[in-house]
Amino acid sequence: MKVEAKVLLSLGTFFGLMCAVYWNWSLENAGGVMMFAGMLLCFLPGSYYYWWSRRMKPRPEDNPQATQPEGAGVIGTFPGSSIFPFVMGMGAFFVVLALVFGIWLLVPGLGLVVWALLGGTAEGRRGGHH
Amino acid sequence: MTDVLDPPVHIEHHGEGHEEHHGPTGILNWLTSTDHKVIGMSYTVTAVIMLVIGGAFAEIIRAQLASPNGTLVSLAQYNELFTMHGSVMIYLFAGPFAFGALANIIVPIQIGAPDMAFPRLNALSYWLYLTGSITMLSGFFVAGGAANFGWVGYAPLSNSLNTPGSGADLWIGGLLLTGFSAIFTGVNLCATIFYLRAPGMTMFRMPIFTWNMLVTAILILLAFPVLTAGLIMLYCDRHFGTHIFSVAGGGVPVLWQHIFWFWGHPEVYILALPFFGMVTEVIAVFSRKPVFGYKGMIFATLSIAALSLGVWAHHMFTTGVVLLPFFSIMSLLIAVPTGIKMFNWIGTMWKGQVWFSTSMLMAVGFLFTFLVGGLTGIYLASPPLDFFTHDTYFVVAHFHSIVMALVLGAMAGLFYWGPKITGYLLNERLGKAQFWFLFLGTQVFTFPLYLLGLYGMPRRVGVYPADPQWKTLNDISTAGAVMIGVSTIIFVVNIVVSWKKYPAGDNPWDAQTLEWFTTSPPPHHNFYRLPQIRSERPTWDYNHPDHRSLHHGEHDVHGVHESEEAPA
Repeated sequence: MKVEAKVLLSLGTFFGLMCAVYWNWSLENAGGVMMFAGMLLCFLPGSYYYWWSRRMKPRPEDNPQATQPEGAGVIGTFPGSSIFPFVMGMGAFFVVLALVFGIWLLVPGLGLVVWALLGGTAEGRRGGHH
Repeated sequence: MTDVLDPPVHIEHHGEGHEEHHGPTGILNWLTSTDHKVIGMSYTVTAVIMLVIGGAFAEIIRAQLASPNGTLVSLAQYNELFTMHGSVMIYLFAGPFAFGALANIIVPIQIGAPDMAFPRLNALSYWLYLTGSITMLSGFFVAGGAANFGWVGYAPLSNSLNTPGSGADLWIGGLLLTGFSAIFTGVNLCATIFYLRAPGMTMFRMPIFTWNMLVTAILILLAFPVLTAGLIMLYCDRHFGTHIFSVAGGGVPVLWQHIFWFWGHPEVYILALPFFGMVTEVIAVFSRKPVFGYKGMIFATLSIAALSLGVWAHHMFTTGVVLLPFFSIMSLLIAVPTGIKMFNWIGTMWKGQVWFSTSMLMAVGFLFTFLVGGLTGIYLASPPLDFFTHDTYFVVAHFHSIVMALVLGAMAGLFYWGPKITGYLLNERLGKAQFWFLFLGTQVFTFPLYLLGLYGMPRRVGVYPADPQWKTLNDISTAGAVMIGVSTIIFVVNIVVSWKKYPAGDNPWDAQTLEWFTTSPPPHHNFYRLPQIRSERPTWDYNHPDHRSLHHGEHDVHGVHESEEAPA
């Protein structure tokens, strides 16, 4: 966890320094704001990982001497198949087409999106297919 | 080979990693699968189709330019063609091929994970990519034609007054969909690499390809939301009467350029870093050596990512409102980590037992072509030279050297990992023919364009003055484009003639990283068992216990280190 945190925090620090130099030198706001936001985007997950890395034991994947049995057990849920990503994708497709061809396409678009959200959530609670 | 060895450890992996998968088959499998290998394969096929479509546009463009007053297409159609050529190649081929196709398949296997962290989000990424591609290309079938303002969509050319018609809106819509697809893939790759590594696979044991994909994913998360926001602003300007990018209502057209390139330059590294990773793996394996300067390579990648956020306005030097010294210095600095990478690639080959398979040839072709593109990029980072060459064919030649290098890298990756994904090798003889057509075609195609640019030929023109020198150079370039087209045909023929003909086995290249430990193609959830991971080359260590990799900071305790064995 420590290395992950360090990667993000050092990127964020560099963006912060670059932002300070750029903004003070150029007085141009668009780039300054975007660099500042880039710094925040690195600090947010980076500080979360750092916080946890100081409070948890090193995971097997952080331990250079780990053996494979240490990783045994359920490590997550991996649904083998699900129709809802496709439904959601088609919904997003119709929503975007509504921007071009007419607002009425939002009806099937948002319908599919809502269906996929409900169906996908329900499927997730059941554990999905394997 | 492995039966004579005393393997370090045989352990069943992850409770649910090896159960049989009973899902739907056929088209329903394609529609519902959340297996990263199936999704990655869909990505691969779609992206290669996009490469062929974008390449066909390129051939039409080059045919039009073969004579000064070409009449193959009208000038309006020419505008659509160069816009869609750039859009298809950048948005729909290069990025999705790198982080959607190969990374999707290879990264989880390289770190010993059963799947991507969010399998259903991964499937959604693919559907957004496919529908985004269809949306963008469908511009050709609406009244007024496809988007025609260049792949950068500069304001005010892209507003509703200068570009009416729904082709431009379809372009915006398609980009919104593929942009979200990229963001979701970025989230997925980060989470996978941070949380699903196998025991012992520390961050500094991950293969370089996986490291580069991690940095790419971080850059995607930094850059793509900016583009998405910009596109929504552009849409509002076009349809809701806002004036964000129009002077008339108090807006700032240059703001679009800032937003676009704040995405656009990190995007260049989002495109390039995955191919750097592929080439690194290929060169190490086919030189029978570990990667030279492993940690240096990683820090170079991270420095490229760090600098990439501060170089966007080198695309905007001629606007006259950007801070020239800052962007010039930052852009020149990028040459340092890139130079380290070049040095390490050559160092990896140095005194190795180099095996010139098709994959290795493509990787070496990448090095040369990328070097040409990179060095001319250093010219362009200097404002005085950029003022002289901006919007000429010099810039076109520069980035085509870069992107054609990426195509060579993509082919290196396909020939290298194709056997792992499909279980079958491609024909080497046809592969080498493809390499020579692609590599020489690229040089014949780009070199005249550099000269044309210096002679002042502007980009994005369908007709040009009837100067015999310009015509000769354009003809040579067109001949190069035809050679590249031939190489693509050879590739397609190769897939057809070697279809399920040459079984690959688990590890045809005697490779080093974890993906070559499992079967080809890998089973559902990837691994039946995993080796002990004690270096960045676990499969090599397992197969060559008498030539194990040295750990970082460890001295030579196993006798002669294998890289020193090669005859001096």
